[in-house]
Amino acid sequence: MKYQTVIGLEVHLQLKTKTKAFCGCAIDFGREPNSSVCPVCLGFPGSLPVYNKEALNYAIKVALALGCQVQEHTKFDRKNYFYPDLPKNYQISQYDLPLSRYGFLDITADGKPKRIGITRVHLEEDAGKLIHETEASLVDFNRAGIPLLEIVSEPDLNSAQEAFDYLTRLKTIIEYLDVSDCDMEKGSLRCDANISLRPEGIKELGVKTELKNMNSFKGVKDALNFEAGRQAELLESGRAMEQDTRLWDAQKNITVSMRTKEGAKDYRYFPDPDLTVFIIGQEMISGIKDSLPELPGLKLRRFVEEYSLSEYDAGILVSYKKDAEFAEECLKQYPGKDKKNMANWLIGPLLSEANTRNLSLHQLGVNIDELTSLIGFVQRQELSHLNAKSVLTQMLDSGRSAQEIIKERNLLQISDTAELEQVIIAVIRENEKSVNDLKNGKANALMFLVGQVMKKSSGKANPKIVQELIKRRIDNA
Amino acid sequence: MAIDKETVKYVAHLARIELQPDELEKLSGQLHDILGFIDKLSRLDTSRVNPSSHILPISNVLREDKPRDSLSPDKALENAPVKKGNFFSVPKILE
Ligand SMILES: [Zn+2]
Repeated sequence: MKYQTVIGLEVHLQLKTKTKAFCGCAIDFGREPNSSVCPVCLGFPGSLPVYNKEALNYAIKVALALGCQVQEHTKFDRKNYFYPDLPKNYQISQYDLPLSRYGFLDITADGKPKRIGITRVHLEEDAGKLIHETEASLVDFNRAGIPLLEIVSEPDLNSAQEAFDYLTRLKTIIEYLDVSDCDMEKGSLRCDANISLRPEGIKELGVKTELKNMNSFKGVKDALNFEAGRQAELLESGRAMEQDTRLWDAQKNITVSMRTKEGAKDYRYFPDPDLTVFIIGQEMISGIKDSLPELPGLKLRRFVEEYSLSEYDAGILVSYKKDAEFAEECLKQYPGKDKKNMANWLIGPLLSEANTRNLSLHQLGVNIDELTSLIGFVQRQELSHLNAKSVLTQMLDSGRSAQEIIKERNLLQISDTAELEQVIIAVIRENEKSVNDLKNGKANALMFLVGQVMKKSSGKANPKIVQELIKRRIDNA
Repeated sequence: MAIDKETVKYVAHLARIELQPDELEKLSGQLHDILGFIDKLSRLDTSRVNPSSHILPISNVLREDKPRDSLSPDKALENAPVKKGNFFSVPKILE
């Protein structure tokens, strides 16, 4: 039987405010254990939480960027459960009146655009960190109370690849807003996934499992792929699926049941009497809306229209905000009509230089005038593309100008036909067989001869002109 | 709403409270009475009253994002039953 995979993602995002959600403890990951704690975040009786204005501001930014409706009335609730990393024995979260609902995120599925619904974006707080030792577990509450956003998607994702794309795009948007580090390995972005299978064409959802413990986007993808396979096998064999929470084991590449003993979770949510409600007016919302940067989706559209780039190229250029800004500066300053030339350089040689140097595009420190000058040499056919790439490397290493390096290394292409003829005559004399092949209509032979001329001229011959000259010489022979 | 012993046992477990059989008996009765009293309230006509989630008529109490002094680790751990270095120590959790 064919099955459809149904996936919903739950993302937890640490907001990068200066202080925690409900107290003035500084958020600083380099501190010694339990040094950024106070009566509020340790849950001492009698302490009173007050929410962080900046955290609310960041949260509304995210909600708006995801097309959510920010709710006029919103409040905090207590989610009650016992765990050693939770000092109050409840987590401050939101239940029936979340900050925002009904958003969406556009992804690409099989090359086509697809809109994924966002159920809600709500406010909550982080728990402490546990370190498990052989004899005991140790608790550090520095992380307890850091403001979190929970972003819940609709079960609209139908493959592990779609889930991966969703996370990548979500991260891009959050990075544009500059409200979180979005680093899954460091835990500032965490993702749990719900996945179930249903026979194709059937509306009713199958029994789902919840996947936890993934430490990277690739981990999420791998875990979902594994789990889809496992569920398909179970269903195929006619055995019943059990609702389950499973942990991803990245070493063994499998999911393992947590075998939780307790039945359905009963968190007994109720409004937190220590915190007042929020009434978020239109004025506040439009103020924050106006402060949003141009988001990646819109920037992509604009790059396609203004600079006539392909959607694919524009997509690469907009994936990091600062790189996109640098790229746009380059595109603007490029004097040539066809901006694609500049885009090709950014996506090709510059991006690969950035990768080898472990930097991002804008950190390369490239002088845009110099880059434009270098591309000019190639456009005028005075410099081969290959040599231009090595000049770029040298420019980045030394900070010297393109012109200087080209001159010093004597790289200007020889387009002077008289000079080239000398080399061609020699090559023709030395490669009789290829010349005959060419005369007999073997097209490969031409490329071989051009190659020989390039070699003899240390790569400086203009290959187009060389090709013309060889053809002419042999046709006239 | 009737409260049977099973319900009380379940709620006690959620709250991590251990009850003796006689306490279970006593509390079932008391909870039953309390909920009966609350039930009286639901006889009121509230169709024209907006739901409220807080008793105080205030909203949007917020704090500037400015760091304040935290406790020193020594102070924070002063009353911990067990500690190890700068950590609170708890019975080992099996994952
Ligand atoms: Zn604190």
